[in-house]
Amino acid sequence: MTWIQEIRQIVGDKHVQTKQSSLHSYAYDATPNFNAKPEAVVAPASEQEIKKIVTVCDNHQVPIVPRGSGTNLAAGTTPTQGGVVLLFHRMNQILELDENNLTITVQPGVITGDICQTVEAKGLFYPPDPSSMKISTIGGNINENSGGLRGLKYGVTKDYVLGVNAVLANGDVIRAGGKNVKDVAGYDLTSLFVGSEGTLGIITEATLKLVPLPESKQTLLASFDSIERAAETVSQVIANKLTPATLEFIDRATIQAVEDYSHVGLPTDAEAVLLIEQDGPPSICEHDIQLIQGIAVEHGAITTQIAETEERAAQLREARRSALSALAKRSPTTILEDATVPRSEIATMVKAIEAIALEYEVNIATFGHAGDGNLHPTCMTDLRDKSEWERVEAAFAAIFQKAIDLGGTITGEHGVGEMKSPYLAWKVGDEGINLMKQIKDAFDPQHIMNPGKLFHRSGGEVDE
Amino acid sequence: MSESITQAFQERISEDELLNCMKCGFCLPACPTYVETQDEVHSPRGRISLMMAVRDGEIDDVHEVEESLNVCLGCRACEPACPAGVNYGEMLEEARAIFYEHKDKAIREKALRKTTLNTLFTDQDKIGKATSLLRFYQRSGLQKTARKLKVMNFFPEHMQQMERVLPEVPKRTKQHRESTFPSETTQTKATVAMFKGCLMDTLFYDTNQSTIALLNRAGCDVVVPDTQGCCGALHGHSGEKSGAVELAKQNIEAFETADVDYIITNAGGCGAFLHDYDHLLKNDPDWAERAKAFTDKIVDFSSVLMELDFPNEVPLIIDPQIITYQDSCHLRNVLCVAEAPRQLIQAIQGGGYVEMPHADQCCGSAGIYNLTQPEMSMQILDHKMKNVDTTSATTIVTTNPGCLLQMKLGIERTEQTDTMRAVHLADLLLEALSTDDLNSG
Repeated sequence: MTWIQEIRQIVGDKHVQTKQSSLHSYAYDATPNFNAKPEAVVAPASEQEIKKIVTVCDNHQVPIVPRGSGTNLAAGTTPTQGGVVLLFHRMNQILELDENNLTITVQPGVITGDICQTVEAKGLFYPPDPSSMKISTIGGNINENSGGLRGLKYGVTKDYVLGVNAVLANGDVIRAGGKNVKDVAGYDLTSLFVGSEGTLGIITEATLKLVPLPESKQTLLASFDSIERAAETVSQVIANKLTPATLEFIDRATIQAVEDYSHVGLPTDAEAVLLIEQDGPPSICEHDIQLIQGIAVEHGAITTQIAETEERAAQLREARRSALSALAKRSPTTILEDATVPRSEIATMVKAIEAIALEYEVNIATFGHAGDGNLHPTCMTDLRDKSEWERVEAAFAAIFQKAIDLGGTITGEHGVGEMKSPYLAWKVGDEGINLMKQIKDAFDPQHIMNPGKLFHRSGGEVDE
Repeated sequence: MSESITQAFQERISEDELLNCMKCGFCLPACPTYVETQDEVHSPRGRISLMMAVRDGEIDDVHEVEESLNVCLGCRACEPACPAGVNYGEMLEEARAIFYEHKDKAIREKALRKTTLNTLFTDQDKIGKATSLLRFYQRSGLQKTARKLKVMNFFPEHMQQMERVLPEVPKRTKQHRESTFPSETTQTKATVAMFKGCLMDTLFYDTNQSTIALLNRAGCDVVVPDTQGCCGALHGHSGEKSGAVELAKQNIEAFETADVDYIITNAGGCGAFLHDYDHLLKNDPDWAERAKAFTDKIVDFSSVLMELDFPNEVPLIIDPQIITYQDSCHLRNVLCVAEAPRQLIQAIQGGGYVEMPHADQCCGSAGIYNLTQPEMSMQILDHKMKNVDTTSATTIVTTNPGCLLQMKLGIERTEQTDTMRAVHLADLLLEALSTDDLNSG
């Protein structure tokens, strides 16, 4: 019996797809140029089924690629070594909303946006809000340690995962963490699974921390005639002990694209625009947003607008939200990266990205989360143009190098995946790679769990 | 076979357009067939990757791809959701045309298409006769006999229900063919030409009359060019592109001589297809410009009513009832008309408007989709009716004949015919015009 037949017996024929059309439909995620077909697409219904599937795969050394909704931007969910793509849409239940302990326990296939809606109906809040939250699954978010717009004030996915259940390569099921806020029993395996990109095991359940839902929200848009002034405003806001819920940035190239595309009324002569939101009790919210407006004006903002109504706030947010759309429409291929620096280095980093784009003759616009230093240099290109593609890759290598030089990192929220695996050693060093490899070997000695991700094939060294 | 299909894909489906899809997945929650199946084979980005695979010759059995495209509703809800602005609908229709030209249809579908499309919709006279038959069937008592004898039991369940919801066809004498209808205001505010549509002109003849009455009341002179034909949407959506092109030319000619401000439609599906004539004829040097002039004038009647401030000019009153609105996909996603119908409904005094969850998602009618893909269509409809239920509405308003029939079918399937109705927006608005006002007008 072949391994595919064995898996058919576990989950039933209906839930194992091997037709060519199916394999082509699961050959990609949101990363350009890493398409590869799996050998089977499998949709299990339970932890028990996953345990059996993993055992079959381990026996036959078949790769397993867990895939939520396939929105990954670093080729983290592409089956580049074939094998099984594992789906979670049959494990998409919210198991328990515990209002006494402020936790929610979910299966990995629940859409993150649905978790937010469910808890907000009860006056509770799950803050991590990656832009894909209406599409991506919580399992994917946990595996990638996804960030979002609210990172500055509320942190990211890892700050909300209290416990996970996971199936290991040897078929063991581990139950790490739980509902306890305090839990120091042994190594923090929960944290190890968060951001592990499917390379250590298959997450089958998670318990998430919730917080009270803020009562109100205020939105401010400010434009500047220099990046330095915008960056100085950000620093001063933080230095004044204000922590906005979101503090977003778009550069001149992005402003231009947004205006061409949606005419939201941004000043096209501005070099930078900041979108700032504060949430909390109405009086504090209003007080904070006016203070922030004052700081922006003091630091040379050309225009500032506080939204009077929720409708107007939505319009202002649209300026930032449509950034990717506006840029993506400009070229056949769009690469969205997430180089991140300490927030004090934002102006330096944005300037450096502009210089690198010029040097390598590529088209890059930058927007991102100014409050936490997480930038999205976005390259508009065409992957069929081989010589430009090489320059694009070289430009991004230079951007990652610059981020690290400034005390930053190669990825703030998208994950390493296969795309950024050549650069991981730059950030964590050879010693870091060695330790990570030993961890990987301990969990998954045969390397069946999402192989080819995190670790570069030539051993963590960059081929230059 | 596969090679020639691959070649046709290479020649006719732009690689630029396919590559424009960045596979970000933002289309997934907007796609009704993905939402139902949770399977990328039935998602917009999945279908685009499959078209690419055919183009690259990477797929042996291209019929698997054809099947995936057949399951697509063509509702185009993915287009407004797409950050990269991929023109999915255009690629879908071109791909369907290629498959259609290369392959015999399954017998059932072939028979269905042949009768409904080639014979019926290309010929106003024939659709007239067909509806005469239907009228005879309804009026002669044959319908009762047929129901009694359970003749319809030989057909699939949803066809039986469909038979029960078909509207009564107006008497032939009523279908007189006047061609100009003057404005009822002291000053004419706009001159418009009415696109009748084949279903709208027969099964929904009264709705067309309502539309004209509303436009007259709003200050429009309405002309109805008599050489117009079917819009060609059903042909275009199912791959019969050449049929669609012929109809497009006929219609452009029919409206060219009328010197009007707008060309009005009251069927979202027709309106969207008319609006895309410039794309359909873009490679024909004799017609490209004429098509553009035509499409620039296409507008839904609801938009014109709002532009002429109809709700403030005319009192609209109706018996107390909860009303909800089901978007016509093509009206919303192609003509980008979403607010006007809602504003008009909300302007009616006495009626309470409640927005239903996912009103913007396809009802599963999608042209003849409910006949070609009955299972998926009914699955989508059943979910739609659950959303209707959450509003407690007794009136469901639509702006397209296919949606109207589908919503009637939904009411029939959920056995709510005694308490719930589905109406076209034009008919609801006419109902809301007070009798006094009509008389004084």
